[in-house]
Amino acid sequence: MTDRYDAIVVGAGHNGLVCSALLAKAGMNVLVLEANAQVGGAAVTREFAEGFSTSACAHLLYQLQPEVRKELKLSPQLATEDMSTIALAENGQHLRITADSVDGVSDEDAEQYRRFRKRMTRFADLLRTYLNKRPPRLGTKNFKDMLMLAQLGFDIRRLGREEMQEFLRLIGMNMHDEVTERFDSPLLKGAISLDSVLGTHLGPRSPNTIMTYLYRQAGDHGRVAVPRGGMGSVSEELAHAARGAGATIRTGMPVKRIVIDNGRVTGVETEGGEVFSSYTVISNADPKRTIMKLVGAKHVETGFGRRIHHLRARGNAAKLHLALDGLPSIEGLDKKDLGERIVIAGDEHYVERAFNPAKYGECSSEPVVEMTFPSFRDESLAPTGKHVMSAVVQYAPYNLKVGWDDAAREAFKQTVIKTIAKYAPDIEQRISASELLTPADIEREFHITGGHWHHAELTLDQFLFVRPVNGAAQYALPVEGLFLCGAGAHPGGGVSGAAGRNAARTILRREKAA
Amino acid sequence: MKQEPVHQGRLKTPFHSRLEKLDTVNQWHEWKGYSSANQLYCSDTEYFAIRNATAVFDLTPMTKYRIAGPDALDYLNRLVTRDMAKVRPGRVAYAVWCDDNGQVIDDGTIFHLREGEYRLCSQERHFAWLQAAAIGFDVTITHETEGVAALAVQGPTSYSVLSKMNLEGLAELKPFGLMHVDFQGTELMVSRTGFTGDLGYELWIDPDKAEALWDALFKAGELHGIRAIGTTALDMARIEAGYLAAYEEFLPADETVRTGVSRSPLELGLEWLVDFKKPNFNGRRALAEEKRRGSTWRLVKLDIEGNKEAHHSYIFSNAKASGGNIGFVTSAVWSPVCKQNIALGTVKTPHGKPGDTVWVEIYYQREMHWNRKMAKATVVDKPFWFPPRRGATPPGPF
Repeated sequence: MTDRYDAIVVGAGHNGLVCSALLAKAGMNVLVLEANAQVGGAAVTREFAEGFSTSACAHLLYQLQPEVRKELKLSPQLATEDMSTIALAENGQHLRITADSVDGVSDEDAEQYRRFRKRMTRFADLLRTYLNKRPPRLGTKNFKDMLMLAQLGFDIRRLGREEMQEFLRLIGMNMHDEVTERFDSPLLKGAISLDSVLGTHLGPRSPNTIMTYLYRQAGDHGRVAVPRGGMGSVSEELAHAARGAGATIRTGMPVKRIVIDNGRVTGVETEGGEVFSSYTVISNADPKRTIMKLVGAKHVETGFGRRIHHLRARGNAAKLHLALDGLPSIEGLDKKDLGERIVIAGDEHYVERAFNPAKYGECSSEPVVEMTFPSFRDESLAPTGKHVMSAVVQYAPYNLKVGWDDAAREAFKQTVIKTIAKYAPDIEQRISASELLTPADIEREFHITGGHWHHAELTLDQFLFVRPVNGAAQYALPVEGLFLCGAGAHPGGGVSGAAGRNAARTILRREKAA
Repeated sequence: MKQEPVHQGRLKTPFHSRLEKLDTVNQWHEWKGYSSANQLYCSDTEYFAIRNATAVFDLTPMTKYRIAGPDALDYLNRLVTRDMAKVRPGRVAYAVWCDDNGQVIDDGTIFHLREGEYRLCSQERHFAWLQAAAIGFDVTITHETEGVAALAVQGPTSYSVLSKMNLEGLAELKPFGLMHVDFQGTELMVSRTGFTGDLGYELWIDPDKAEALWDALFKAGELHGIRAIGTTALDMARIEAGYLAAYEEFLPADETVRTGVSRSPLELGLEWLVDFKKPNFNGRRALAEEKRRGSTWRLVKLDIEGNKEAHHSYIFSNAKASGGNIGFVTSAVWSPVCKQNIALGTVKTPHGKPGDTVWVEIYYQREMHWNRKMAKATVVDKPFWFPPRRGATPPGPF
């Protein structure tokens, strides 16, 4: 006798939780199976040294969609809201950047930045409306698909003649060309370049890095926050909402396979050998893991399997966590500035140069760093008087040529610490414990193929209509009853909940039609 | 990794030295990189060797892949539309494989050589597709076209000829069966398969032994009318047998540019090869959908009045050709053995049900001047040529 559910969600990542909460809210009997002991997937808070905790992967909240907040009545507790970004300069002449202004540059640059942000915000707002919609499919004669494509065309046209042309010019373009055309300040160019490539296997000269920048901005108008208690608190709140709506969440239950019978899903089997039945299975796992491991290639067709196999998902961002006896001092910054988001991206070439070795399977010798001190406004994360630093570091390629072992990990960690120490010379002596999570570690601990933030690279050929691949753009995979709800589905990664919500809406619409 | 030399120019098969000796007309064409004879002396004589004696056709250029590994069965079952679990070692299956949209890429034969080891043969090359299909399977695919020399030995006396070669087990070999025997210290594979729709065998051997095999075969066949043949004669026979040819009855779906020009197995009369009860296979969803809503095209076998061959003819539903054409002829021939004017064609459903009458627009030249004839044709169900000896085990002497 097995338990039968209306829907089973594989993985309690934040998208899986959003999806299950919405399905449960609509009256479905939902089971969520999570491999790890904690819910949240890569959106978790973890103790990495005794008394020191921090967000294990995602550490900044800038994309949680208002629709998700509203429908699930979420009100995440924030330690910091509306953080500004401080771009560190070796000479202490740092820049202070907010969503619409920048301090420390020439008047001309400041004005250019204002214009740049105005335009980017406009484009990002357009993109945002599509984050929360099921994308249309190409090449169908389905009325809704056609209507939505027409709507997309209309929305772009409605930007106005000049802005439409700019949108179409910029969307596939690289950020490097745009910033060098616009700005003089190397630091400003570097900081914007960094924002366009975080979490990707792209350099600022790679195509469509303006699109990835827009994607980042589309979440919450470029506003960045840190949740109190780390990112895990957001997941906990989502899990609470899901449970409150009636969903059952079971942790420590890794799913071994999704059971397929005669071309349709009939349930899942866990590593422990338990079988749970459902005609609807929603995978929060990445597309490759879902198809190649959980479903098995033989259950999909060759062309589709080949597209999934060739999906680009090479993680390149590492995560550094430091336990500190005290806050480091950075020349030119006040203590209170350590509550902001601090980036190391010296100039527009610095970021691309950091990317160069990654193309050939080597780590950056001078990495790009985005760091925060989350304990600055959240005492729960570290013992009194002590602090935690959480940093995203690029580039650390998943396919490291020499392979990721302890020595390689330690070497890159020291490289990153040395890089930070250039600006904060006393940081090294304040470190009491440290941890570096490479993409290989992220893959292992959070079960994300390639350790990639977005499950699949955010590029135009894996975006919108063709995300993750052609033939699976609308959350439904080509196996009856099987859906995707994670970052690999439209729109992509980041703690936004958009994929989970869109997937839930798609499933509910189908249920209604059936 | 061992580097295979890259061939320059056109290849000769291991039987070329023997074919060359018999050749009187010097008519060769290219078949997947090899020289292959259109005819060696006279295609009509060669045709009658197929139907009245024993014909030998060099099918070495036929594409051959070795498929092996723990997942070989699962792999093939996902690749082709029929249930390969039912094909035991020592058996051969005619099969068709489709793309994701249920459109035919090619047809061919799959030889279950030994437990878990298969050979797939087809007219066209498909390495890229087979490799793509192997993603996620523990299976190795080896292109072995050059590594295996092959002869088709077809016709009513073929059993008698091969009997003289003392091939143990030949009498018990059933249609679509295969066996391994010793030939001068080398393993010879014999399968009861062919492309003529008659009693016939195919022989598979190491290329080094190809000439020895040829010589032994022709010696054995001396008193049984054995003849080497070219493609022209073989093509006549395959139309009589109702067999499909790539680029004639269908285009490989991965080669087409426009939509709607490829064909599904259901549209090629191969519904019997599509097993919806077996596990997932390429094209299954699309084919299930097509079965539900109905196919666009239907392959027809036509028995046409008169004796003018209906090459490339349009097919109409009535003699006045009103309402536009309903399809076209894909292969046509005057069948000497059936004394029938026959053709294979493709027509739009619901036309072309067995027993239906259709009209074929035939253009023919008489002393430079073109003539047009609307010929009445009947859609037939069975192959034009299907002699009982084809299925008899043991086959009788002849």
